[in-house]
Amino acid sequence: MAPTTGAPEATPPGATPPDAVQLRERTRRLLAEHPPATTAPADFLDARFDAGLAWVHFPAGLGGLDAPRALQPVVDAELDAAAAPGNDPRRIGIGLGMAAPTLLRYGTREQQERFLKPLWTGREVWCQLFSEPGAGSDLAALATRAVRDEGTGDWIVSGQKVWTSSAHLARWAILIARTDPGLPKHRGITYFVCDMTDPGVDVRPLRQITGEAEFNEVFLTDVRIPDAHRLGDVGEGWGVARTTLMNERVSIGGARLPREGGMIGPAAATWRERPELRTHDLHRRLLDLWVESEVARLTGERLGQQLVAGHPGPEGSGMKLTFARLNQAVSGLEVELLGDEGLLYSDWTMRRPDHVDFTGRDAGYRYLRSKGNSIEGGTSEVLLNIIAERVLGLPPEPRDDKDVAWKDLAR
Amino acid sequence: MTTEQTASAAETERTAAETAPDLLYGAAEEDLRAAVRALLADRADPAAALARAESGDPYDAGLWDRLAGSIGAAGLLVPEELGGQGASAREAAVVLEELGRAVTPAPYLTSSVVATQTLLGCDTGEPDVAGLVTALATGTRVAVLALPLTTAPGDPLPGTTDTVTSVADAARADVLLLVRDDGLYAVETGDPAVTVAPLTPLDLTRPLAAVTAGPAAGLRLADAATARTAVRRGLLSGAGLLASEQLGIAEWCLEETVRYTKERHQFNRPVGSFQALKHRMAQLWVEVVSARAAARGAADALATGRQDAPLAVAVAGAYCGRVAVHAAEECVQLHGGIGMTWEHPAHLALKRAKADEAAFGTAGRHKDTVAALVDLPAPAPR
Repeated sequence: MAPTTGAPEATPPGATPPDAVQLRERTRRLLAEHPPATTAPADFLDARFDAGLAWVHFPAGLGGLDAPRALQPVVDAELDAAAAPGNDPRRIGIGLGMAAPTLLRYGTREQQERFLKPLWTGREVWCQLFSEPGAGSDLAALATRAVRDEGTGDWIVSGQKVWTSSAHLARWAILIARTDPGLPKHRGITYFVCDMTDPGVDVRPLRQITGEAEFNEVFLTDVRIPDAHRLGDVGEGWGVARTTLMNERVSIGGARLPREGGMIGPAAATWRERPELRTHDLHRRLLDLWVESEVARLTGERLGQQLVAGHPGPEGSGMKLTFARLNQAVSGLEVELLGDEGLLYSDWTMRRPDHVDFTGRDAGYRYLRSKGNSIEGGTSEVLLNIIAERVLGLPPEPRDDKDVAWKDLAR
Repeated sequence: MTTEQTASAAETERTAAETAPDLLYGAAEEDLRAAVRALLADRADPAAALARAESGDPYDAGLWDRLAGSIGAAGLLVPEELGGQGASAREAAVVLEELGRAVTPAPYLTSSVVATQTLLGCDTGEPDVAGLVTALATGTRVAVLALPLTTAPGDPLPGTTDTVTSVADAARADVLLLVRDDGLYAVETGDPAVTVAPLTPLDLTRPLAAVTAGPAAGLRLADAATARTAVRRGLLSGAGLLASEQLGIAEWCLEETVRYTKERHQFNRPVGSFQALKHRMAQLWVEVVSARAAARGAADALATGRQDAPLAVAVAGAYCGRVAVHAAEECVQLHGGIGMTWEHPAHLALKRAKADEAAFGTAGRHKDTVAALVDLPAPAPR
């Protein structure tokens, strides 16, 4: 590990990581030296990162202290109590949840030092350029091409990406592109960091079923990426991307909620407030869904406890399946419960929301938005395959696409 | 496509953690599981178990002695000063998961959980109560609560009656706990005024009987009011820990089905490679994972005496029974012809799961409890 920079107090490599008491002290020292009341939020976040208190499980010098991940709540509790400014994780979720773990695992120290701090403080927003119109569930079939400019060593990238959240706000993107069409599809892919301010990047909103545009289409035309912005070796991008996607599912499945904390909350509230809407049929179905929602909450809670105990299980892939199904069923029931009101919709105006609230707005919105829950981040059908093959160890379906050159695949 | 995170996860995480039940298994619980599993594996001969089941006397006496005595499982819920292990519902739940996996005929849920908890709800300062609790804790005696297996916690109690039907494990019991209008009575099954008439049960591994006791028989252990709360406590534990048995059944059914479909070849492929089957097994896995969280939630709530224990039990009761039945039905179907035979143990799991579905209250009954506890009332009559 290279010497730490910008973190004079950080644990030197090889030293014992701090325990909870030391972390608490360190957090209090940060708060004393940079009182939140009189410090600009951006400066406070910089100082917190430099003190290794951004994500304590990251290495020293990169916003962490090589401490156990389970100790982060110790730091957060101190900061919350002092009303310290946060980094608005909703706005920078892709950077935090996907780009950062990938940079940590595959980035060079130089890349890590350049990208991680502004990523964490939120000064630079990240997006993810993976899915394509022709490569959804079969992501490895992607067709965006990256061609080496032999003169400069740069990569010239052209293609179309889709379903990109935050692309219109993003400074950087994680990008996978095909560098060798002559190889089978999984082997000819390389992983890059793409500069979203490059003149060849064209971001257009993608209007969706709810009337608004959370996502974008991104057209890439001769976008120039220096070789120094490659993550991992040429042709090894699929393995790198799997790290990103694994972290995506962990972050989707990892939330811990209070009772009635999810989609069931508004439906139960409507039931309680509107006795005139109640029917026996809806009552039985509501109770079914209430019980299933409570069990799903406990399952998420148990998964969270496993993570804290340092024994993450494969349960996360199941959580996403369950939440997708329940979100759809509960919001559908609520539209039905509302009768006349269920026939109305709040607003079809095309907008680009900063973040998404699955349980927000009206029942009709929730019903429509939740249709995406079984598609985004891995369709429910693909997740069932993953559980069957990787968790249960069932044999794969026979396939004829694994050893054929990408350029010879049907499309 | 990607998903942004909703709400401030860290905030809700901390709120939830403060009041959250412990849903994991501790090291001592895993040791207990290993001991019970080893014992059951040692004595599990499916053919012999089937023959015993068909004979009407499915119990393996040596197994009970070792489970109750050497391992000490019968006394887990009993405080040490009454001769038990001073453990909790968390540990008893682990035993039941293993008994469920093996569909073992043993009066554990009936005697070591329901009868024991009922007695612990009485005055254990009374020598008669304390003596019986100690005998149950060591497994030297077996007692069952003489109520139909389908009685849910909170159900109105029958009062004095001549005959109680569908009493589980009565044939194996030394003592019956009888609910009469004026309280709870202990009656020896050997008493000439008592008849235990075996019934032919759907689930051969948990025998049922119709129990008749003359009005004068037995020893009064508690008055009517104490009896009501004690019986409710016994049934609440029974319903909550049944969920762990159901989890065990479901787990075994899924594992066995996965194992079999990996080996079984049709159309020159393992049948487990067909997506139509894989998706069904993956869906079942999601249900088993969920059932584990629900069952642990109920066990932990019973163990720690949390105020929301009745809700945790009702949620587990409403969910886990259906999962066990689904798993057992899929086990039979995905095994194909062999799953329909008497020889293959799938039917034992199916019969236990189906009978368990009604034990201590159906899913619908538990959902009525949920509705009352979380204020989701039924429509008013029009």
